[in-house]
Amino acid sequence: MLQPKFTPPTAAELKKRRQAIPDRLAQRCPVCGKTFFRFQAGRCMTCPGCGYALRITARKRVKLLFDTFAETHADITVPDRFTDPAYRAKIAQAEKKTKLKESVLTGWATIADQRFAAGIMDPFFIMGSLGSATGEKITRLFEDATKAHAPVVLFTASGGARMQEGIVSLMQMAKVSQAVAAHSAAGLLYITVLCDPTTGGVTASFAQQGDIILAEPHALVGFAGRRVIEQTIHAQLPADFQRAETVLEHGFIDAIVPRDQQKTVLARLLRWHQPAPAKAVTSA
Amino acid sequence: MKTQREHRAYAAVQAARATTKIPIQTLIDDLVTDFFPLHGDRTGGDDPALIGGIGQLGDLPITIVGIQKGATTQENIARHFGSALPEGYRKALRLMKEAAKFRRPVLALINTPGAFPDKHSEDFGQGEAIARCLLEGMQLPTPILSVIVGEGGSGGALALACGDEVWMFQHSTYAILSPEGYASIMWKDATRAPEAAAKLGLTPKELLAEHIVDRVVTEVANADQAQDLAKAIHARLTGLLALSPEDLLARRHARYRHF
Ligand SMILES: [Zn+2]
Repeated sequence: MLQPKFTPPTAAELKKRRQAIPDRLAQRCPVCGKTFFRFQAGRCMTCPGCGYALRITARKRVKLLFDTFAETHADITVPDRFTDPAYRAKIAQAEKKTKLKESVLTGWATIADQRFAAGIMDPFFIMGSLGSATGEKITRLFEDATKAHAPVVLFTASGGARMQEGIVSLMQMAKVSQAVAAHSAAGLLYITVLCDPTTGGVTASFAQQGDIILAEPHALVGFAGRRVIEQTIHAQLPADFQRAETVLEHGFIDAIVPRDQQKTVLARLLRWHQPAPAKAVTSA
Repeated sequence: MKTQREHRAYAAVQAARATTKIPIQTLIDDLVTDFFPLHGDRTGGDDPALIGGIGQLGDLPITIVGIQKGATTQENIARHFGSALPEGYRKALRLMKEAAKFRRPVLALINTPGAFPDKHSEDFGQGEAIARCLLEGMQLPTPILSVIVGEGGSGGALALACGDEVWMFQHSTYAILSPEGYASIMWKDATRAPEAAAKLGLTPKELLAEHIVDRVVTEVANADQAQDLAKAIHARLTGLLALSPEDLLARRHARYRHF
């Protein structure tokens, strides 16, 4: 009798095999729970089940979205005065993971010949938290753009203020806000793209200060943490709480743009907001 | 075992939270005469935690915004334990803008553990409300002096402490989050709050050294003691009023730019 060439594995066996697959090959969507292989997420790293835009590094986002990119202020890093060994170890680990020296990557970018100052926060650099150097880089991003009369596009992804740096981290919210105000007073466009997760002090400052506020599908967007709120109100929160779609319904996001459409949408919005050429100074 | 530094830091936290702390409404009545409360955020709400209005400070009419904890359980529930809602921050900003229109100085009195963390506040844009205080409040061309009276908790305090000067009561604290919150996030152990308090550097002395605050003032417990504070505030606001709006904003910009 011929042996069958292939015996289909049992469901239990399949589950066991799936669990044995290294994380970088298969992953589970934190929003819809679907398990999928990395290649199924496609170039844009999107859940094939629900369209959730997976967390990606800042450098990956640059490759995905921009036609050209020239990094600025690459050497700004966590100041030496923060000497706590546990914090220093976290920074070293984050640098290795993200190829960045702080939680935001800044530079000059183009999409379809539209030039703008770009900031991309990296959720893999200590949760994209807002340290003093992060705040300094974002402040300079706005200052550079104001000087060059250029728009700013900022992708936010952050757990909020950086606890390890204490109150100085809180001051970054004020420092960046006044740079945003100066850029806005110059009549220039500021677009934020809220990525998963945008929370805490970042939501309570520059993430919510854009002229136009976009978000990625199902991105977590909020101020207080879910656990803190549940402890305060002694109740469970709905699954869609603080998801971009819910926040849009409440009026705090202009549009949700899937990753594969962001390039087209940004190009169009930038074109519609081209700064008026600086007025020539005429002598009396 | 608690080190001396931890002990001191946590004692400061407890003093800032003391139930004997002067209520903001009482302090307002002790500082100014004829206080006239103004209500509402003009978008559909009025947060009881956020007191706002105009009063007379010597020869100066001033706008006051303050976050008030409750003295009783009932009052505490009504005022969300001194945690403002988005409506509160929107009300504060509205009143500050009205003050700026008439170049009337603003005094912000702060005693809050932080912005209120509940579903309503999230749905109504707690983040956006604070972000707007920072974006627009910081640019208002009128003197803004903030005094942290008790707790100065996180972004909820910063929203009203981003003006020209920030002062602190002798027994007050200002931090990125509560020591309990820090301990539970960093070490998953809220009982290590004293250790967290020491790490946070939340005492007036430490914050003065870091130039986060500009002055530490003597604790005020009654109307008599409030007179010295009233004089100091009046002197400072008068000094700031003498600056041109351009100079005032340039000075304010420099204050935050160096952080
Ligand atoms: Zn999914």
